[in-house]
Amino acid sequence: MLTFISKRILEAIPTLLILITVSFFLMHSAPGSPFSSERTLPPEVLANINAKYHLDEPVINQYFYYLGGLLQGDLGPSFRYKDFTINELIAQSFPVSAEIGIWSFLVALLIGVGCGIVAALRQNSWLDYSVMGFANLGIVLPNFVLAPLCILFFSIYNHWLPPGGWNGGAWPYLVMPVIAMSTSYIAQIARITRGSMIETMHSNFIRTARAKGLPKYRIIFQHALRPAMLPVISYLGPAFVGIVTGSVIVDVYFGTGGIGQHFINGALNRDYSMVMGVTILVGTLTILFNAIVDILYAVIDPKIRY
Amino acid sequence: MMNVSKTQNLLEVNNLQVNFRTPDGFVTAVNNLNFTLAQGETLGIVGESGSGKSQTAFALMGLLAGNGVIEGEARFNEQNILTLNEKAMNRIRSKEIAMIFQDPMTSLNPYMKVGKQLMEVLMLHKGMSKAEAFEASVKMLDAVKMPEARKRMNMYPHEFSGGMRQRVMIAMALLCQPKLLIADEPTTALDVTVQAQILTLLNELKDDFNTSIIMITHDLGVVAGLCDKVLVMYAGQTMEYGTAEDVFYRPTHPYTQGLLKAIPRLDGDDEKLSTIPGNPPNLLHMPSGCPFQARCEFARERCGESMPPLEEYAPGQLRACHKSVDGWVA
Repeated sequence: MLTFISKRILEAIPTLLILITVSFFLMHSAPGSPFSSERTLPPEVLANINAKYHLDEPVINQYFYYLGGLLQGDLGPSFRYKDFTINELIAQSFPVSAEIGIWSFLVALLIGVGCGIVAALRQNSWLDYSVMGFANLGIVLPNFVLAPLCILFFSIYNHWLPPGGWNGGAWPYLVMPVIAMSTSYIAQIARITRGSMIETMHSNFIRTARAKGLPKYRIIFQHALRPAMLPVISYLGPAFVGIVTGSVIVDVYFGTGGIGQHFINGALNRDYSMVMGVTILVGTLTILFNAIVDILYAVIDPKIRY
Repeated sequence: MMNVSKTQNLLEVNNLQVNFRTPDGFVTAVNNLNFTLAQGETLGIVGESGSGKSQTAFALMGLLAGNGVIEGEARFNEQNILTLNEKAMNRIRSKEIAMIFQDPMTSLNPYMKVGKQLMEVLMLHKGMSKAEAFEASVKMLDAVKMPEARKRMNMYPHEFSGGMRQRVMIAMALLCQPKLLIADEPTTALDVTVQAQILTLLNELKDDFNTSIIMITHDLGVVAGLCDKVLVMYAGQTMEYGTAEDVFYRPTHPYTQGLLKAIPRLDGDDEKLSTIPGNPPNLLHMPSGCPFQARCEFARERCGESMPPLEEYAPGQLRACHKSVDGWVA
């Protein structure tokens, strides 16, 4: 297991390097630059700024400047928020997204798996149809529709919750972002769980468990749940990264100040270092959680040994 | 085994009928099945794939698929087990009636240690502690001739060969010393040499534990070596039913005769394997009359008109055929 983990860490380095290189050159090959839109700048000021950020040098030099900074853990200055470094911006916004994300993840996992199991055990009953009906609704309902509906219902009609803001992550400010964030994941997890649970319950070893005279709850929780969770877990790895890196929609509607806003703003403003910083963050998390999924697989399935 | 208790039947199956509701209509998998089984006796149920033999086993264990409907009764120790609810049935499963399945490769839980799968049966039905259950399971693995039983308790099914897995299944089935063991083609998925080992094992265990066995198989060799009685099924119906000796040495039904001829022989002169031409009928569109008529070399007009009744032609020997035992004299 330890050799597996160290191997995965070693593998992550070239993967990240390729990711950084490709994104860096793609981004720079697009026309325009961070300051090209600010038409009021006199040419000599623009030249000074470009010199400061090495934008007047060949792209390949810029690439090595950037890699040099990265090795020291420096993601560079923001081209947009002039007094901030990318490290500061991420340190400020990522915890917000992570908090919303972790809550949403837990809610999605518990409700999704629960609904999936119930639907599978009552396959083709009204309960199954209504759970799956809601799941389909959750998948097709975009969160940019769900978020304003939440605000209408919880804040405007009923005054139960503040319509937005963060306030250090106090729970009234968390509820709506978590609902908007988790709904589609609940739906996906419920669907995957249902499908794989139905398949598992039809397998031969479950028939053996029934022939043993085991009560139904023990068949489900001791014999069926582990294998039924395997497809769910492979979905959860990438899903977790998607959830904790936040969503633009949640940040925009609820003004939470999470990292999601930087995805779009960074791209629109040609904020090179911001785009790179967010890319590296998402890339690293993706690699990390795929490795965790692989480890979990080995924990659940005795046939998998590293 | 010739004791007094033989007179009382452990299991009496009366007019068992298993139907399935399918999108294409009602399918009768088992039609009007009757047999009895005494304590310590072994019954072989023989037939081709789809003849309803496995569904008979599942019906008795209460393991039919959700669209299955049962009629008739199966009296086990004077109690009709076909009408029991799930909770009452769970007290009988594995404790009184245990089952071994066809495919040992998939019948054990691949995600659970073999020891735990054995122990949970004893902890459930016998109320044993973990330590007691562990020792009893090791003992049972020894009884099915599993080498290094203690060490194997902590292994997962994928670390066992097919034959070893079937030994685990047999050990699991015998843990509570059930009165009845249903073995659904226990050797079909195994190598020939392993088949012989498993059959020898079952034969020994049958005597050691005085267990009644229903042996479901399409292999007549299995029946010859193990069974007291034989029931030959075809398309859900009983064709012939009697002692193993009579059915083997004096088969009277054309289907049984065909099956026996189809056993490959080492001493025969024939180069070609004898077969019964044709296929079993589609259960969705059963022909009227005898289901075997289309493949029967003796078939006459009346075979297509009515199903011959299952009648006793000699003491303890039953057959369902219009052709009389000595030919078409009637």
